[in-house]
Amino acid sequence: MEQFLQQLINGLSLGSIYALVALGYTMVYGIIKLINFAHGDVYMIGAYTAFFVTTYLGMGFLPALLVCMIVCGILGVLIERIAYKPLRKAPRITALITAIGVSYVIEYTTQFFMGTTTRTYPAILPTTTWQLGPVSISYIQMVIFSVTIVLMILLTLIVQKTKIGRAMRAVSADENAAKLMGISVDNTISFTFLIGSALAGAAGMLVGLYYNAATPLMGMVPGLKAFVAAVFGGIGSIPGALVGGLFIGIAETLVVAYGSSLYRDAIVYAILILVLIIKPTGLFGKNEREKV
Amino acid sequence: MSLLEVKDLHVHYGVIEALKGVSITVEPGQIVTLIGSNGAGKTSLLQAISGIVKKTGGDILFKDASIYKASPRKIVQGGLVQVPEGRHVFPGLSVYENLMMGAYLRKDKKEIANDLKTVYERFPILEKRKNQDASTLSGGEQQMLAMGRALMARPELLLLDEPSMGLAPILVKEIFSIIQDIQQTGTTILLVEQNARMALSIADYAYVLETGRIALQGPAHELAESEDVQNAYLGGGK
Ligand SMILES: Nc1ncnc2c1ncn2[C@@H]1O[C@H](COP(=O)(O)OP(=O)(O)OP(=O)(O)O)[C@@H](O)[C@H]1O
Ligand SMILES: [Mg+2]
Repeated sequence: MEQFLQQLINGLSLGSIYALVALGYTMVYGIIKLINFAHGDVYMIGAYTAFFVTTYLGMGFLPALLVCMIVCGILGVLIERIAYKPLRKAPRITALITAIGVSYVIEYTTQFFMGTTTRTYPAILPTTTWQLGPVSISYIQMVIFSVTIVLMILLTLIVQKTKIGRAMRAVSADENAAKLMGISVDNTISFTFLIGSALAGAAGMLVGLYYNAATPLMGMVPGLKAFVAAVFGGIGSIPGALVGGLFIGIAETLVVAYGSSLYRDAIVYAILILVLIIKPTGLFGKNEREKV
Repeated sequence: MSLLEVKDLHVHYGVIEALKGVSITVEPGQIVTLIGSNGAGKTSLLQAISGIVKKTGGDILFKDASIYKASPRKIVQGGLVQVPEGRHVFPGLSVYENLMMGAYLRKDKKEIANDLKTVYERFPILEKRKNQDASTLSGGEQQMLAMGRALMARPELLLLDEPSMGLAPILVKEIFSIIQDIQQTGTTILLVEQNARMALSIADYAYVLETGRIALQGPAHELAESEDVQNAYLGGGK
């Protein structure tokens, strides 16, 4: 039981990170129906940005987090403007293949400049560990929970209560009707990439600190898993991404703890296949009509 | 000066020519109706005016300035607002949020609040349903929401694309009397309809569109009496 609770805590930390990444997938899919395969690489850039600003500029946690979010937010907007926007009217498969291309470009550009060595971080957070009854929670885990919760609340407020958030939902729901309201669809899509990518940037920094490692290909597998999390929660649904991320994180951790670490990735793909067979629209997904 | 002048407008979808040189004029304060059968090009014309579909020739003047190349945003900002065919309210947004989307480009908070009150007075059902997801409304309620949403933009010219489509006769009557009310408050209206009888009965001027061309035009009461129109759009003879 103690072991189980401990694994649950570990799973929740990993799951929080998946959730932050899954949000970007789901928001972008919601608005332009594109699975942005470069999203995991934006997360990797977040980890490297954190490495740079903490190592060379000596930044503390919060300023570094802010910089990561801004850098990745801008990167996301650039990716959309340069790679996806010209393809908005092209068949969906064209954009999808482009997304995979963008992903490779980011991965190998990073590898070219940074090499394949694993980068580690200076100790910017205390190594305190709290003992809560039978389970222990590390400082970085607490940080992951707090940052995730704060970002979720901010995101919810933006999406639900602000004008631009309402515009995002309107464009996702009906692009032409949104145009008839005078909403600039281009700006709204850019804003969606900005927010989604900033969240990925935060996740990248958190995971970098958690495992004390950044590598050029670190975004590939977590990117896929976060994508599965988004599908599990119902792609296009923000609460779905949160629940999906936490679920995938816990499932993966428990499988490693009680099964074998050999199945760490397999379990996630098994979940994907099950979801696609049993309920392709995911947990919170609507049977929304396809956009023509 | 005319409020809207469409001159020799062409629209193509690939090789299909949906509008083959359409010219219409809308005078301020009037209700102008555009009737025509399925596929005549009515929606294409409104979508072209609103800047949603690409035009392939001609010109559009709104308040004497060309909006041929203007973005949908600029067009709405200028006071030309459309209620699209099939309502297109935003599912997932509440009735209140849908109405506020209509005021998206406005900054005058006080006036927006006033206009919201006016819309709720005109459509009391919307106030009752204000926190409900728009997709849960009935067809008639959605039509009212789409109209209320457009009014929140304070249009000078309101384009209505088949507002009576799919509604029970009693609701059709209600919608048409609301359209007249809207005209009374000083908003000019360009009304696309398949319900030619009703449309001609409230309009000042009318155009008949047939396969991408204006086939007939004239004061609405004259068109209502013309034999051609009676035969083609008013169910024949007397
Ligand atoms: N997006 C499109 N792509 C290709 N063809 C189109 C498109 N939209 C309309 N058309 C064609 O253009 C012509 C005019 O269509 P439009 O929708 O403007 O007619 P309408 O008068 O509004 O008809 P209805 O009364 O059925 O609404 C039709 O032949 C239609 O098939
Ligand atoms: Mg039509």
